[in-house]
Amino acid sequence: MPGTGLTIFDRIWARHRILENVAGEALLYVDQHFLNETSFICFQELERLGRTVRRPKQSFLAMDHTVPTHHREAGIPNAENREAIEYLDRFARKTGMAYIGVDDPRQGIGHIVASEIGLTLPGILIAGDDSHTTTNGAMGALSLGIGLSEVTHVLATQALWQAPYRKLRVTFSGSMALAVDAKDLVLELIHRIGAAGAIGHFVEFAGAAVSALSMAQRMTICNMAVEAGARAAIIAPDETTFAYLKGRPLAPQGKDWDVAVTEWRALRTDEEAVFDREVEIPASEVAPTVTWGTSPQDAIRVDGRIPDPKDAGSAQESARAEAALHYMGLAPGMRVTDIAIDQVFIGSCTNGRLEDLRAAAAIARNGRAVVPAIVVPGSQEVKREAESEGLHLVFRAAGFEWREPGCSMCLGMNGDLVEGGKRCASTTNRNFMGRQGKGARTHLMGPAMAAAAALTGRISDVRTLFERA
Amino acid sequence: MEPFLRIEGIAVPFDRANVDTDQIIPARFIMKPRQFDYSKVLFHDLRNGPAAEPGFTLDRPEYRGAKILVTAENFACGSAREQAVYALQDTGIRALVGPSFGGIFYTNCIKNGILPAIVDSTVVSALCAALLRSPGSVLAVDLPQQTIATSDGKCFPFRIGEGDKAQLMGGWDDITRTLEHEQAILAHERATAATATWTRPSFDEAIGLRRPIPFAKARDER
Repeated sequence: MPGTGLTIFDRIWARHRILENVAGEALLYVDQHFLNETSFICFQELERLGRTVRRPKQSFLAMDHTVPTHHREAGIPNAENREAIEYLDRFARKTGMAYIGVDDPRQGIGHIVASEIGLTLPGILIAGDDSHTTTNGAMGALSLGIGLSEVTHVLATQALWQAPYRKLRVTFSGSMALAVDAKDLVLELIHRIGAAGAIGHFVEFAGAAVSALSMAQRMTICNMAVEAGARAAIIAPDETTFAYLKGRPLAPQGKDWDVAVTEWRALRTDEEAVFDREVEIPASEVAPTVTWGTSPQDAIRVDGRIPDPKDAGSAQESARAEAALHYMGLAPGMRVTDIAIDQVFIGSCTNGRLEDLRAAAAIARNGRAVVPAIVVPGSQEVKREAESEGLHLVFRAAGFEWREPGCSMCLGMNGDLVEGGKRCASTTNRNFMGRQGKGARTHLMGPAMAAAAALTGRISDVRTLFERA
Repeated sequence: MEPFLRIEGIAVPFDRANVDTDQIIPARFIMKPRQFDYSKVLFHDLRNGPAAEPGFTLDRPEYRGAKILVTAENFACGSAREQAVYALQDTGIRALVGPSFGGIFYTNCIKNGILPAIVDSTVVSALCAALLRSPGSVLAVDLPQQTIATSDGKCFPFRIGEGDKAQLMGGWDDITRTLEHEQAILAHERATAATATWTRPSFDEAIGLRRPIPFAKARDER
């Protein structure tokens, strides 16, 4: 069949376009709306406007940003967080929303839970009150992060206005070297194109290295596409996707499954399709990578040295890099592996899935943490599965703390904070100033690298970790 | 929402690249109702405490009452938190001028009646140079004309999407406007419900609240 020159975005967009206005903006139908407790202002606004949740069953509310990761029996200590959660709990039960509360056996980070229960499916359109809603593109959904005003709009209308977007294809060709993680691929991408590199773009990830990735790894790269400014990220569904989805509670069953898979196979970008931009990165060029600064673009190979701000492209960028180094307490020319760390965080919507914990445990089982390290599974399901494999015992034996699921130290809203001036090796997505706590210094890296840092107390290269042993 | 046509006001040169919304408003302040005066927490940690920047731009007396912020690339990237817009809005900022903005932040601005005007980096440099020469000077931002005029008579064009422009100028209530298309939304729902049932699973039936049993068991039962 001859191609039509369409991208996967064009196909999903067309399927959800209700109408267009004179300015060329489309009113898109939202199949699933993702919410969390930080959305509470929207529900208050909805009530103030005298409006109702138009489609409660398509409104998926998961408590994650502020939930405690230990001593949960004591309740939620922060009054503002507690009141928001209690308010939303009442609201969700009253309206019959798809709701996963703090005590739910499936509780966890929304993006992780949505994939586990099969809510995120290829070809659907998701809008979510969280910038990391891009994560869900890994399943072939068009998944857009939105702000509170748009959330209120979607609650009331189940639709979203969107201007047409530019399209960027990122091809990771070839294959990854041993001990290289999906996290390294995406950090390398952000380093190459910059934190503003994909602004205004839908990004399709393609190439042999992407096809070879597991679903967890795909979620990691789609998750962090937003750190390059991407509006959405997507990976066309394939056999890996279908194998992952089959049998999940909300995935189609029986005959419906066969029909769905047939439709999903057509969700592809035609060979003739033209993107506004193309970026190709040979995956073999990517090494284990960490960040040294206060933007995810400040990424560098673990065997490298801290760059000199003087070598940055512009005066403005030099000033920014200089301020970043000052904040981070680092000097140009220093070896990355000479950076001593104070603590380790393993978790988040970027790297809180079972596979991430397995990768971290595989390192942890070889030694003992010399700095405080906490492991926060992305969901209760991840926690149960990890425990059934004994990963919690591995972590505990190595001196890591094993916690309850939530967003936790990625942004510290629940009180899991990094103290000012302390340095954290973190599997999260943002090394912004103060992100993990006022004055906290964050080094982003993959789960195996974070576990290695816990064992040595320094940023360490997983590839050479045991050579001296 | 207050329609945006033309504003004139003190402009602040703030040409730092990649300013993220965690800097604009740290996460610990976002669980407050909209009635809270969010201006109290704008750039909180850059302005308060031992690690504060001495002489932080926005605290200089010449910029008191500013309505316009001139920003560098990728302003307000990162977290979707619309409270970043609330903090600027409650401070009195009505327009931002910069080469690019975080995508979600950009839309959040439009929805709150704040203009994110897009200009070339060279225009940001020219504006910042002019504002630094005479701190506290005024810019005039004209949305219908899509221009930014300095007090010494220079005029620069800016870019904005047609739909965003119309929305700002109209000061529309977005929800009311969308629900004028209620029949079209309903028709779309009916059509897709018939052809692709899997796009809208019944959460209740599959794993609903009424049967809060462990997920693994729910899966086995199916």
